[in-house]
Amino acid sequence: MLAYIARRLLYAIPILIGVNLITFMLFFIVNTPDDMARMHLGMKHVTPQAIEKWKAERGYDKPLLYNGEEEGLTALTETIFFEKSLRLFVFDFGLSDDGRDIGHDIYQRMWPSLAIAVPVLVFGLLTNITVAMLLAFFRATYIDVAGVIALVALMSISSLFYIIGGQFVIGKLLHLVPISGYDSGMNALKFIVLPVLVALLYGIGSGGRWYRTIFLEEIGKDYVRTARAKGLSERLVLFRHVLKNAMIPILTGVVVLLPLLFMGSLILESFFGIPGLGSYVIDAIQAQDFAIVRSMVFVGSVLYIIGLILTDISYTLVDPRIRLS
Amino acid sequence: MLRDGVAYFSSLKPVLLWTDALVFMLVAVIAAFAVYARGKEYLRAPWRKVFASRGGMVAAVVIAVYAAVALLDSVHFREPLENKGAEGETFYTVEVISLLDLALGPLRDQVEKTYSAPFATHLYAKETVELPDGSSARIFPRLQYGGAHLEDPLRDKAGDILYRSLSGAGAGLLWWVVLSGVFVWGMARRAGEPFRATLRKVLSGETAIPWHAMLYTAGFFLVLTGMIASLAGYYHIFGTDKVGQDVLYQAIKSVRTALVIGTLTTLVMLPFALLFGLMAGYLRGWVDDLIQYLYTTLNSIPGILLIASAILMLQVYIDTHPDLFETDAARADMRLLFLCIILGVTSWTGLCRLLRGETMKMRAAEFVQAASAFGVRHSRIMSRHLLPNVMHIVLITVVLDFSGLVLAEAVLSYVGVGVDPSMNSWGNMINGARLEMARDPMVWWSLLAAFVFMFVLVLAANLFSDAVRDAFDPRTHSK
Amino acid sequence: MSEILLSVRGLSTHFLTQGGVVRAVDDVSFDIRRGETFALLGESGCGKSMTSLSIMRLVPEPAGRIVAGEIHLDGQNLMDLPEAGMRRIRGNRIAMIFQEPMTSLNPVLTIGEQIAETVRQHRRLDGAAARGVVLDLLDAVGIPDPRQRYGEYPHQLSGGMKQRVMIAIALAGEPDLLIADEPTTALDVTIQAQVLALLGDLQKQTGMAVLLITHDLGVVAGMADSVAVMYAGQIIERAGKEAFFRDPRHPYSRKLFDSLPDVGKRGHQLAVIHGAVPSLAREFKGCRFAERCDEAWDLCHEQAPRWYDQEGGRQVRCHLLDPTLAARRPASHAAPRDGTGQAQPCREHGQAPLLEVENIKVHFPIRKGLLKRTVGHVYAVDGVNLSIARGRTVALVGESGCGKTTIGKAILQLIRPSAGSVRFEGDELTRLRGEALRRRRSDFQIIFQDPFSSMNPRMMIDEIIQEGMVALGIEKDAAARRSRVEELLDHVGLPREARHRYPHEFSGGQRQRICIARTLAVRPKLIVCDEPTSALDISVQAQILNLLKQLQNELGLSYLFITHNLSVVGYLADEVAVMYLGRVVEYGTVQEVLEQPRHPYTQALLSAIPVIDQTTRREVIRLEGDLPSPSSPPSGCHFHTRCPHAMPVCSQRYPQSTALSDTHRAHCFLYGDEE
Repeated sequence: MLAYIARRLLYAIPILIGVNLITFMLFFIVNTPDDMARMHLGMKHVTPQAIEKWKAERGYDKPLLYNGEEEGLTALTETIFFEKSLRLFVFDFGLSDDGRDIGHDIYQRMWPSLAIAVPVLVFGLLTNITVAMLLAFFRATYIDVAGVIALVALMSISSLFYIIGGQFVIGKLLHLVPISGYDSGMNALKFIVLPVLVALLYGIGSGGRWYRTIFLEEIGKDYVRTARAKGLSERLVLFRHVLKNAMIPILTGVVVLLPLLFMGSLILESFFGIPGLGSYVIDAIQAQDFAIVRSMVFVGSVLYIIGLILTDISYTLVDPRIRLS
Repeated sequence: MLRDGVAYFSSLKPVLLWTDALVFMLVAVIAAFAVYARGKEYLRAPWRKVFASRGGMVAAVVIAVYAAVALLDSVHFREPLENKGAEGETFYTVEVISLLDLALGPLRDQVEKTYSAPFATHLYAKETVELPDGSSARIFPRLQYGGAHLEDPLRDKAGDILYRSLSGAGAGLLWWVVLSGVFVWGMARRAGEPFRATLRKVLSGETAIPWHAMLYTAGFFLVLTGMIASLAGYYHIFGTDKVGQDVLYQAIKSVRTALVIGTLTTLVMLPFALLFGLMAGYLRGWVDDLIQYLYTTLNSIPGILLIASAILMLQVYIDTHPDLFETDAARADMRLLFLCIILGVTSWTGLCRLLRGETMKMRAAEFVQAASAFGVRHSRIMSRHLLPNVMHIVLITVVLDFSGLVLAEAVLSYVGVGVDPSMNSWGNMINGARLEMARDPMVWWSLLAAFVFMFVLVLAANLFSDAVRDAFDPRTHSK
Repeated sequence: MSEILLSVRGLSTHFLTQGGVVRAVDDVSFDIRRGETFALLGESGCGKSMTSLSIMRLVPEPAGRIVAGEIHLDGQNLMDLPEAGMRRIRGNRIAMIFQEPMTSLNPVLTIGEQIAETVRQHRRLDGAAARGVVLDLLDAVGIPDPRQRYGEYPHQLSGGMKQRVMIAIALAGEPDLLIADEPTTALDVTIQAQVLALLGDLQKQTGMAVLLITHDLGVVAGMADSVAVMYAGQIIERAGKEAFFRDPRHPYSRKLFDSLPDVGKRGHQLAVIHGAVPSLAREFKGCRFAERCDEAWDLCHEQAPRWYDQEGGRQVRCHLLDPTLAARRPASHAAPRDGTGQAQPCREHGQAPLLEVENIKVHFPIRKGLLKRTVGHVYAVDGVNLSIARGRTVALVGESGCGKTTIGKAILQLIRPSAGSVRFEGDELTRLRGEALRRRRSDFQIIFQDPFSSMNPRMMIDEIIQEGMVALGIEKDAAARRSRVEELLDHVGLPREARHRYPHEFSGGQRQRICIARTLAVRPKLIVCDEPTSALDISVQAQILNLLKQLQNELGLSYLFITHNLSVVGYLADEVAVMYLGRVVEYGTVQEVLEQPRHPYTQALLSAIPVIDQTTRREVIRLEGDLPSPSSPPSGCHFHTRCPHAMPVCSQRYPQSTALSDTHRAHCFLYGDEE
């Protein structure tokens, strides 16, 4: 098992190098640091001196890949590629374009993101499975048909409207919870409730429908016929036989998302003013702070790869047929 | 009159935007496929199933209405300016307009000062107005166009709206009766039946294709169009936005943006997904390793971050090279196209993986082995044996992705990495309205318009994709 | 208590499909007596499985529905019971086992738990008591080491073991009736023998009745007390077993017997039933078999026959049995339409071998680790010698997983052999690469098992047949190719219009004909036939075997016939190679191998085949256990782990070939070991 994980982590290295190259090309080849400086300082009336100063302050004044002015190894290390891209491998994110420590920011903002994302995941899983089980139990009846239509309607609404609607109804009309904001400790609870509710409602449409098809697919299998031939009740057939098999694709589908929970939800956090990583990214995008975006791309990729590994491991835990090799 | 029309159109300078060209190419591809599919029973059979599904076909009519709007909006040109140049050469406006803009005439032109509510006759904000007696007061001034024809809005408005809606609805209904009559007559002639017999069959839903449901849907749209047409010249049905532009106009103009993103994205990514998926699954070995590495790498970057980075970089590029584009429309269009491409790159991986898996399964199929035993070449095995047998997956993915992409546009525009802020899109509408959320009383109509237009399209797309999946997915017919 | 346990009356089950209502079961009636084995015999799609599901009231709803009929169990009509009441019948009074043991068990529950579930449900036992019962059941169905197996999952068991678990589940409720739906069809013949023997023993012990659903006349002969023959949704003949096998009365039943291939019919054409089983989506007016019946006359097409009672309680649904009606039958119909029994002497061709395979090996590497190091091999084929003369048929026989299909593909270079030589007309194929190999491909071709997956569903028949000609440049001229396609269709007995249709429009047998036409198009000298008839019904199998035989006589083709069906071998082959775990254990002429098998494995294989004529039945040599894994074959003789004659030397080294006659060889220490 450990050997397997170690091997998978080794596989991850070329992928992270690839990610790094893509971001490097995007951020430094398509547009040179000069372009970025010019944009940050305003298009017109930029003196070359101002550009040089902007670059020097942020460490963009070095050559991209090879520094001809240096000797030996430093010719490679005193470059933007080394300083800005390779440093990411040791999780040294450096400073943002406005001079903040990105690593520290990420650590600070991780927790509010998790405070939203974890309950959304857990309760979402429960509600979606419940809805899907109900529909599967009443399959091919009017309840099922009506339920599916309702789910399709739910999933046809943009997430933005769930947020706006939720803020309007619960926050503005009913005054139950604050519309947005965040606080530390247990005081955060009243800020968390609404975003979590909104996200749950938004997730039911696609989640419930997807799980329903998984359930129906399992119900069509031969072992279900065997279970019925044993004289088991429909309830037992569904809960003991179908649910257990359906949980394999459902759980493993969820596991890949687990690490990405740290990344938070972009829109949810930004709408509700939650100081998490999601809103961090949005703020960075809107402020065009490329250092932060670059770091978050790398963090996201690392988390995704961890998710893939966890998925494989979770298969072996829930599916007796699969053994790691 | 006719001559005036011809003269007007011949004075225009046609503009072919990149996305226009691709949209027309897409239409051509679909048409070519339809002609090709007519002769192939295995292609016709699943489509017949789609055509027989009532929900699917009602959705198809709705999508067709949206598509018609988008196509009208994809014929672009520039109007000539009045004053000619020194040597008599014509100058054209910087503004690029489309056939749709001509059709929506008053909607585009009737711009108020700022916000006004739906069907309002007065502005939404108080203004200091100089009264005839010379004093000034802060009042809600009358709108320049909305309800301007009413003498006493308080007294006449309700009756006027009712009258105009009813007459518009009546006109729409009349159109519907005439058009459906012609349609049924055409059907009767083709079938060689009396008109009444065909009519009875259509109305009672005995036809193989649920024409009655489709006709009723078309009727609904015609009546709606009639009502809008008769009201739109006199009121702002969905109100106006901050700069006083008609919200209904914005919502209609946004249709093209949504459809372009929903369709071109998949069109752009399709050749790569197909080629790489088939090659990885069939050739295996190092080709497979390389392609797998490629898509795992792309997939591991969180989609929205990749899009954000790419769009930001594009924006910097455009901003630092302002001379590349002749008009604002061309610049916005380039950003739209690039958004499609980058969205395609992020969604490419899923289809590629699906195709790779299916190809690997099919590679072991006996008909592929038989072809190898005949010494058929790899390229031909891939194009003739594998490709036609994975096309259903492609189709299902394309229709399934469509609604997700339309929804994604709104979110991306909200984040600031969607379409150009100057381009009409539902995401931009929502984004603009969001800033007014805190305002009391709330400005809600932009949200409502975007919501209604988006919901109808996405719901229709979802229903249609369900019908397509039922017909094409072999797993759904096994039981 | 009456003698009748289950009485089915007028049962009709319909299915709503795209193509309309399918009358899967149409007015079916029969009785099962206590303790007897009642066989329901029929080809695929005749409605026999649906009949059994209807009895359990497990017809998949809402598409399927029992529309009429009564099912009495001990006088109680099951159709009147509410669903909850029916649940007390299922698994308790009537139990069922299914065809596919691989998919019929829940993959994520332990087998102990799956059996215990039924025990708890119907015997009201819990905890340790239930566990005890389960262990007893596992023991009763012959699963070794029940305590260990209790906690294992289905994927850890072989197919035969899984079917034993299914039987244990069925027995858990101590049922009065066990419905066995093709219980051994998915199993190899030696495993089939084990499972059938187990079923027979258990029936003797418990006195339960068995409703045995099968397509295999041999299984019926070995197991049943009474027989009902089903055709197109109806039962057409009911009889005691003895009477039925002595003298089948319905023309369909008679034809089924005649169309079975075996050694005795060598050199003769097999009797065939024309056409294919009719679709049940249509309305029937007359007798359902009339279209395919040699003896049918006008009346048969117009009026459905009623039941005719015969002596000994047997019943037949055929107009021929009504003396007054049969007398009015026009005389011209008396002669059968095809030439049954036409002797066609096998032409002898030159003895120079067309194909020589020497010590061929196909090892699939098992790769593991970061650098995909090879940590082991699957020894799919491990040193096989074969030679095929022009115009002759060599059969390759063995159970699934013995490597016989791999050899076929390795000869065609579809899989490159790891070692050894394949010489075709003296040319070493293993050394040919690229274009040189492509040019030779027209000489050797392959016909696959599954006619449904061996043609691209997106291509028209015309294109399918032409593909090889185009790829290999056989006919350069398009018009010539077209006329050749028509010629080929004539040759395999299909109408020329078939050219413009798609594969799905044809039945299994017709598709197999198209596949044959496709291979013939490139004028091959050798055809590898990989189980070409195992996916087909018996009545259609005979058509294809006749066609293959006829083509061999006309064109002088050589066949490498890969099969697990020894009766087909006896009918068609000249020489036989018996394979076990990647190696040939016995090789000889058909007479030698089938009549005097020497290798213990061949003997066991032959004895395990269910035979129709019970007087010729050999003592079944029951093989213990399952086929070992080809990635770690046993040391010494691969067969020693299951061999009844195993000696110490057998586990030490592999026996060399022993010549038993000029043509007969075996690898076994029983016959000495010439080194």
